[in-house]
Amino acid sequence: MKLNYYGVRAIYKFEMARTRRTLMQSIIAPVISTSLYFIVFGSAIGSRMTQMEGISYGAFIVPGLIMLSLLTQSISNASFGIYFPKFSGTIYEILSAPISPLEIVMGYIGAAASKSIILGLIILATATFFVPLQIDHLFWMLFYLVITSITFSMIGFIIGVWADGFEKLQVVPLLIITPLTFLGGSFYSISVLPAFWQKVALLNPVVYLISGFRWSFYGIEDVSLWVSLRMTMSFLAISIAVVIWIFKTGYRLKK
Amino acid sequence: MNNILSISHLFKTYQSGFQALKDINLEIAKGEIFALLGQNGAGKTTLISIICGIVSPSSGQVLVDGKNIIGDYREARELIGLVPQELSTDSFETVWNTVTFSRGLYGKAPNPAFIEKILKDLSLWDKRNSKIMTLSGGMKRRVMIAKALSHEPSILFLDEPTAGVDVSLRKDMWNLVKILKDNGTTVILTTHYIEEAEEMADRIGIIRGGELIMVDNKLALMNKLGKKELTLQLQNPLQSLPKELDLPSLSLSDDKCELTYRFDSKDEDINIAQLLQKITSLGIVFKDLHTKQSSLEEIFVNLINSEANTHEA
Repeated sequence: MKLNYYGVRAIYKFEMARTRRTLMQSIIAPVISTSLYFIVFGSAIGSRMTQMEGISYGAFIVPGLIMLSLLTQSISNASFGIYFPKFSGTIYEILSAPISPLEIVMGYIGAAASKSIILGLIILATATFFVPLQIDHLFWMLFYLVITSITFSMIGFIIGVWADGFEKLQVVPLLIITPLTFLGGSFYSISVLPAFWQKVALLNPVVYLISGFRWSFYGIEDVSLWVSLRMTMSFLAISIAVVIWIFKTGYRLKK
Repeated sequence: MNNILSISHLFKTYQSGFQALKDINLEIAKGEIFALLGQNGAGKTTLISIICGIVSPSSGQVLVDGKNIIGDYREARELIGLVPQELSTDSFETVWNTVTFSRGLYGKAPNPAFIEKILKDLSLWDKRNSKIMTLSGGMKRRVMIAKALSHEPSILFLDEPTAGVDVSLRKDMWNLVKILKDNGTTVILTTHYIEEAEEMADRIGIIRGGELIMVDNKLALMNKLGKKELTLQLQNPLQSLPKELDLPSLSLSDDKCELTYRFDSKDEDINIAQLLQKITSLGIVFKDLHTKQSSLEEIFVNLINSEANTHEA
């Protein structure tokens, strides 16, 4: 199969250049806000709290906070990446270029996921200044970091294609993703919830991501690793299927 | 094969039910400059957008140098450069980066020397490091042309290239098209500035209500549909037209000093020499005469009006 390597590279470089131009918004702002979480919940309040499943509270929330940034930033980067050409009209160039849907996705999703992975690693490094960290399963930590970034960049891409205004770009991250992440065990183990709410929490897809990611750090989990992995890969598969459908039908891209 | 573009039985109906194109059939030869004329909403941009892959056709076939735009879209699109009507640019990017981006997008390896040549040809070299948002409208239009040419296309689509640009840029644009033609590039432009088509095109297509109502060589079109006007400046004013000259297409000016005869250039029955002899035999002396052929604009307006009348009837 012929690959338009230069085309993928062009989109990837263009998107990464946009990150450099918006360094404050793309990298520095999330790092600062996450650092504030570490200071408030880790050092200030966390030092007065008991351990969570044998882990200091400050350290316990690190995977959840990284996941919170990964989800919101992946969606934000990818949705804006495809929405802005639609908004400015420059999408004509992407649609008329000899580049396949897969290659377009590789460029946009690759760049959005790269930014999220870099951001996740920066936040991880930042966390070491505030709390004692351990990573029991480095491979799985990186696996979750990469797969989550790709999956949620795809979700962001879908939102960017769907959105017909800036408000819609913000609606999903603010009204759906952030609440799900907060309620998905970022700051607590769902085992501390009453039995009924534990069952309700299992309907939240973010629980599986945070559980698996936290397991890679400390070996503790809210749901079994394999359930978490299956759910994570299912989200990825669903996202891929929707993106394929978008390009097959030209939904909101072609008239 | 000499045709670089071949369109057959192309239809487009939008989801709203609006039928934008109706059975378009068109062949464009390599190296040709083809102007597509039509009023706003006639279907010009839809036609170009389908060929370029931005809009999906409802039915029909489009081949670009023998490559189907759906089945062989990569090969077909590699040959095409598009300058859209709207000034759609990446405001925060520099001129150099955005043109380099376009070349990469079309699958071409980086070639800074070629990009430099394009920017110099389009008088953009001094602005290469400027952000596009800082450029004037005319400069942005040049950037869009540079982007479209960055991958060395064989066929260039210019959708209303001179809409809203100043006279200087318009002339530059016309010169550029001539240079492209000399280099063997096929240029297809849509316009509703008739003088643009008259200046540049080899062949002209007229589209109305989604139908291609006429395609012909520019000169042939002007000969076939053009009206001619013969004006005689009289030595002495004439009080009224003698009854021997009472022809519907002959008129006397208000100041009684000019006789004007309007005729169809394709009408073989018209004999100018006979008319002049008759005028002379009636003792009418003229000191000067000149003829004028109707412009493409007049032809276009007549054609559109006559079609409109036909439809109304």
